[in-house]
Amino acid sequence: MTEVRPPKITPRAPEDRPGRAAGTDEDLRRHIPLTHARLPRWAPALVAVLAGAASGLLALSLGWGLVAWAVVGIVLFAVALPAWSRVVENSRAAKDRLVTVLVWAAFGLALVPLVSLVWQVVSQGLPAINAEFLTYSMRNVVGEGGGIYHAIMGTLLITLMAAVISVPVGLLTAIYLVEYGQRSTMARTITFLVDVMTGIPSIVAGLFAYALFVLFFGEGVRMGLGGAVALSLLMIPVVVRSCEEMFKLVPHELREAAYALGVPKWRTIVKIVLPTAMAGIITGVTLAVARVIGETAPLLIIAGFTDSLNFNLFAERMTTLPVFIYYSYTQPGVPPEYGIERAWGAALVLIVIVMALNLLARVLGKVFAPKSGR
Amino acid sequence: MAKSIDVSDLNIYYGDFLAVEGVSMTIPARSVTALIGPSGCGKSTFLRSLNRMHEVIPGARVDGKVVIDGQELYAPEVDPVEVRRQIGMVFQRPNPFPTMSIYENVLAGSRLNAKKLKKHAADEIVEKSLRGANLWEEVKDRLDKPGAGLSGGQQQRLCIARAIAVEPQVLLMDEPCSALDPISTSAIEDLIHDLKSDYTIVIVTHNMQQAARVSEDTAFFNLAGAGKPGRLVEMNATRKIFSNPDEPSTEAYISGRFG
Repeated sequence: MTEVRPPKITPRAPEDRPGRAAGTDEDLRRHIPLTHARLPRWAPALVAVLAGAASGLLALSLGWGLVAWAVVGIVLFAVALPAWSRVVENSRAAKDRLVTVLVWAAFGLALVPLVSLVWQVVSQGLPAINAEFLTYSMRNVVGEGGGIYHAIMGTLLITLMAAVISVPVGLLTAIYLVEYGQRSTMARTITFLVDVMTGIPSIVAGLFAYALFVLFFGEGVRMGLGGAVALSLLMIPVVVRSCEEMFKLVPHELREAAYALGVPKWRTIVKIVLPTAMAGIITGVTLAVARVIGETAPLLIIAGFTDSLNFNLFAERMTTLPVFIYYSYTQPGVPPEYGIERAWGAALVLIVIVMALNLLARVLGKVFAPKSGR
Repeated sequence: MAKSIDVSDLNIYYGDFLAVEGVSMTIPARSVTALIGPSGCGKSTFLRSLNRMHEVIPGARVDGKVVIDGQELYAPEVDPVEVRRQIGMVFQRPNPFPTMSIYENVLAGSRLNAKKLKKHAADEIVEKSLRGANLWEEVKDRLDKPGAGLSGGQQQRLCIARAIAVEPQVLLMDEPCSALDPISTSAIEDLIHDLKSDYTIVIVTHNMQQAARVSEDTAFFNLAGAGKPGRLVEMNATRKIFSNPDEPSTEAYISGRFG
C-alpha cells in the first residue's frame, strides 16, 4: 500500500519573493486605486427634476401636450445624467447610467399600453359589476339589467373541456418526443407538425371543428363540445411545446439513477420525470388555457350565441364571454348604453378569470416545485 | 449473495465507434476491484456495460460475453431491468431524487417498483441502509426532509444507501468521490471497506491512492492511441500493480510518467 503524505508547506518570507523589494518603483507602479469619484446618491433625482422642469417650460411656452412633455423630459434626462457622470465619474459609469436610463424607459414604454388597458377596462367595467350581473343570464332581458352568468359558465365549461382534451394528448406527445422518439424521423415529423399547428389561425380551427361536427350531426350544428374541440386544436401545440421543454430540463442523471435501481422506463417517467417537471407542466398548461380562454372566432362558428344558460356541452348553443362581448358591442340593443356597459363588465370578468388562473398556476407551481430543504 | 463476474472479449460501441475493445477479466466476488486509467479510455463505459446501463444511450451496443453467476447478461432473453435490480450503481455526481424526502429516497428502489412494504419493514430497511451507508446518525432526526438539502458528501452516501437498500449482488461505483472533499471521501472509503464483506464492488477512480487504499484488484485501462479504442492493459492484485506491474505502461501511468 502506498502511503499518502501531505506535502510540506513552508511559507516563504515576503523578502524572498521576486519583485517585492520595499521602496522600489515596482511598488509604486503596482498601486492601482480602487476608488474613484462618484456622483451623489441624489444625482439622478436632481437631474430628473431639472429635466422635467426644463421640458415643462418648453411645453408651456410652445403649447405642447403631455406626451411631448414626457418624451422631451426623458430625452433630456438620458443626455444630461450620462454627461454629468462622464465629467465626474468615468466613461464606463457614464455608459452604465445611459443604459440604465434606456432600460427603464423601455420598461415604462412597455407598461403604458398594459396599464392603460387595465385602467380602461376596470373603470368602464366596474360600474356594471353587481350581484345580478354575475348571477343572471340574458334570457328575456331587453335594455337594462340581465347578466353574464350564462357566458361565465359557458367559458368555464368549454375551456375546461378543451383542457381535458388537450392536456392528455399534449402531455403524452411530449413524453413520446422526449423519452421515446428522441431524434427519430417520427419525432422530428411530429415536432414539425406541432410547429405548424402553432400557426393555425383560430378561425380555421373553428371551421375545422364545424366541418367535423357537421359530418356527425348535419348542417347548422351548434354545441359547446365543438367549441372545446376547436380550442383544443389551438391548445395542444402550446401544451406539447411547454411540456417538452420541461421534460428536457429534468436531469438525465435522475433517469439513470432510477434505471440503476431496476426501475422500468415507464415507471421512471411516471414516478420521477413527471413529478420533477410537474411545476413547469402546470404553469405551461395554465398559460395554454389563458391563451385560448379569450378566443372568439372559432366559438362564434361552432358554439354559437344564446341568451340562455346552458350547462350541457353536448347539445345546443353555448355563449362564452368573448362571444358575449362581441355581440353586446356589435348589437347592443336599444338603447345601446346598457349593452355596451355589459360588454365592458364581461371584459373585466374575463380579465379577472385569466389573472386568477395565473395566480393559481403560481401557487400550484410553488407547491409542486422540488424542495431544496435549505 | 455476492457474485463474481466473468467478462470475455467484450467490445463496446457507440453507434459505429468502437469505444472499448477486447476486454477479458474476472472480477472476484466479495472484494473490491478498481478500474484506473486516463480519461476517455473507457473505464466508465466498461463499468456501465456491466449492468446494461450502457444501452440507455441511443446507438450504444455491446458484443462479447458478460457472465454473472452462470448467466449471460447480454443473452437475448435477459431483461435489462432485472439485471439492474441485481447490479446496483452509484454515479459520479450525487443524484438523489429532488421530489423525495431522505426516507423516500432510500426506499426509492422498492417504492418505484410499487413493492408493498409494511411500515415497520420499511423503517427497518431505511435504518439498515442508512447505517450501512454511514449516514444514519447524521440524518435520523430529519428523515422527512428533502434529500437535496444534504451536503454533497451526505447526498453521495444517501445514493449509496439507496443503492444498497435493494440488496443488489454487485455494486458498481463510477468515480463516487470525485465531487467530494477529503473527509467525505474518507467516509465513503470506510464504507466501501465495510461493504465488501457483502457485495462485489467495482469502482472507477482517477485517484491512484484511492485505488491503492480500497481495492484488492486493480485493472488498468489505456488508449492504444488518439482515436483508437480503449483496452485493458493489465489486471492484477492491487499490491502487485502498485509495486511491480507486469506492463511498463502501467508503471509509467502509476508513477506519473504518462505514456
